[in-house]
Amino acid sequence: MNSNLHRLAGILAGALLACASNGAFAADISGAGATFPYPVYAKWAEAYRAKTGVGLNYQSIGSGGGIAQIKAKTVTFGASDAPLKPADVESSGLVQFPTVVGGDVPVVNLPGIRAGEIVLDGPTLANIYLGHITKWNDAAIKKLNPNVNLPGQAIAVVHRSDGSGTTFIFVNYLSKVSPDWAKNVGAATSVEWPVGIGAKGNEGVAGNVAQTGGAIGYVEYAYATQNHLTYLRMINKDGVAIAPSAANFKAAAAKADWLSAPDFYLILTQQSGHDSWPITGATFILLYKHPPDAAAAKEALKFFTWAHSPEGDRLAEGLDYVPLPPNVVQAISKMWHEKIDANAVP
Amino acid sequence: MVDIAVSDMSIPSDRLAAARSFSRSDARFRALTATAAFIVVAAFVGIIIALVSGSWLALKTFGFGFLTTEVWNPVTEKFGAVAPIAGTLITSSLAMLVAVPVGIGIAIFLTELCPRSLKRPVGIAIELLAGIPSIIYGIWGLFVFAPFFQATIQPRLIDWFANIPLLRDLFAGPSYGIGMFTASLILSIMILPFISAVTRDVFDAVPAVIKEAAYGLGCTKWEVMWQIILPYARIGVVGGSMLALGRALGETMAVTFVIGNAHRINESLFAPATTISAAIANEFTEAVGDLYLSSLIAIGLMLLCISFIVLGLAQYMIAILERRAGGRSQ
Repeated sequence: MNSNLHRLAGILAGALLACASNGAFAADISGAGATFPYPVYAKWAEAYRAKTGVGLNYQSIGSGGGIAQIKAKTVTFGASDAPLKPADVESSGLVQFPTVVGGDVPVVNLPGIRAGEIVLDGPTLANIYLGHITKWNDAAIKKLNPNVNLPGQAIAVVHRSDGSGTTFIFVNYLSKVSPDWAKNVGAATSVEWPVGIGAKGNEGVAGNVAQTGGAIGYVEYAYATQNHLTYLRMINKDGVAIAPSAANFKAAAAKADWLSAPDFYLILTQQSGHDSWPITGATFILLYKHPPDAAAAKEALKFFTWAHSPEGDRLAEGLDYVPLPPNVVQAISKMWHEKIDANAVP
Repeated sequence: MVDIAVSDMSIPSDRLAAARSFSRSDARFRALTATAAFIVVAAFVGIIIALVSGSWLALKTFGFGFLTTEVWNPVTEKFGAVAPIAGTLITSSLAMLVAVPVGIGIAIFLTELCPRSLKRPVGIAIELLAGIPSIIYGIWGLFVFAPFFQATIQPRLIDWFANIPLLRDLFAGPSYGIGMFTASLILSIMILPFISAVTRDVFDAVPAVIKEAAYGLGCTKWEVMWQIILPYARIGVVGGSMLALGRALGETMAVTFVIGNAHRINESLFAPATTISAAIANEFTEAVGDLYLSSLIAIGLMLLCISFIVLGLAQYMIAILERRAGGRSQ
């Protein structure tokens, strides 16, 4: 709903800009795709425009749309929450790099339970989403929470009904921790959910969890903090029960071996490390190696260079996203110089 | 047309010019209205061509199986339309089951039994119900009705029917608040004004003479209603109901909010399900891959077919009713 409004606003803004720029030439950067990073892209665009006068027309039409648009060459860059496989990136003549890192947070609606009071591990969370665990006082949950007074209420599983990067990160995690999930459901931006209620958008999941007693859902971290939802702690790969926080997403991002991943094809779920939040993910940008419009690509890369500067990092942190570690930013810049046409790299 | 040969002598030339200009403006008017009608036909044909070409890939890949399988798996790219089709038909029929008797009841009350002072306020209230945007119904359903339903009515219904064989399965837990039953109830409220408004108008059109004659013969209000007014107005009642059914089949936003959006068919009416329009609204933006997109367009085509069949059935029903009414009067 929200993203529709955003999109409409984007289209209107685009139309207005097109009218305005008829006389004077204004080189706006055009991009389309993922909804997960839309808030931070919008924030960056606003600040960047104020600073340089160059605007960004980003339409958050979804990762699938972003990939389709870049392949149709109607935009300068496409954005996707799920990284394209290296072979796919290569065959399409694209390059791929991450922009920011964020995290998914499981949230519940249980009267009398405080945020962070309940702790779950990956297999238990997967079994809830597989429909194997149906009551809150199931033995598996009790075992992890011996001191919590768990109600005998039925668990109402809530998931996204639209395809989304948030879902991709979540089910990718479930696939890593549960062979059963990997075999029967798998990971993609939308899957065939074995049980549960579907809701549209992060705000839809947050709303459904808040309205349904006994519900469990997953939302992007910012939604959990802004709506004061009762989040769960998770046991990470090192066996430590930790709460979701920007610092813990950062820990997961820092542990990741970005530099040896071809085309930055790396999914940050279930990283090792004492403080690593297990359901962490990055969002990605797609650009042509030989851009049809070198000047536009150069503007886009300038924008992302600025976005990865301390100034851009601060804006991202203000919205509960995690900036990339400095060595990854360096690797991205190196990759640009190696792969993209020289006249399109700033 | 103007006959020029004769009129040369008898009709003054200014009148002749006027007559000619009338004939020209009539021709223009006809062309204009014909264009308007043609645009509708062209748009309809265009939509059908677009839907068929868009869904061709899915129909070719899955064949007839598209209509018989329940699986909807974006990961393995296997799609079947049974769950959304069943969800659409079940929610719409349930909504009709509730809304038709209530709507007719409202119309009877308003035309025959209601005190004159109440007639306008109640009538306006019902018409306003039709003017509320569907998203408001959805938000109300999710944030007000569903939590109330989950906490109070739903557990009781589950308890009541726990020992009755068939109803036990239809009203099985757990209580989520949202689901097929809630969606049907919200839908029935949404289509109620269509039924009651049209029905009231056709009841009002029943000639007073007939009603007075019946009362004069000593008929009770009940008898007049069932023996005189309803049979007289039944074609209009069927027409109004079909209009409402058409709206119920295609309703998107309100249903998406409260149905639970799950591609499954469940015995229990309390379980989450999905409808064709809800599935399209939810999944279109992020449908990755040609086959996924094509399958979504294909279920859109199915919805068009269902609406077409419903419309056809309505025409058929009206034709039968008319023939029967004609047969009786002979």
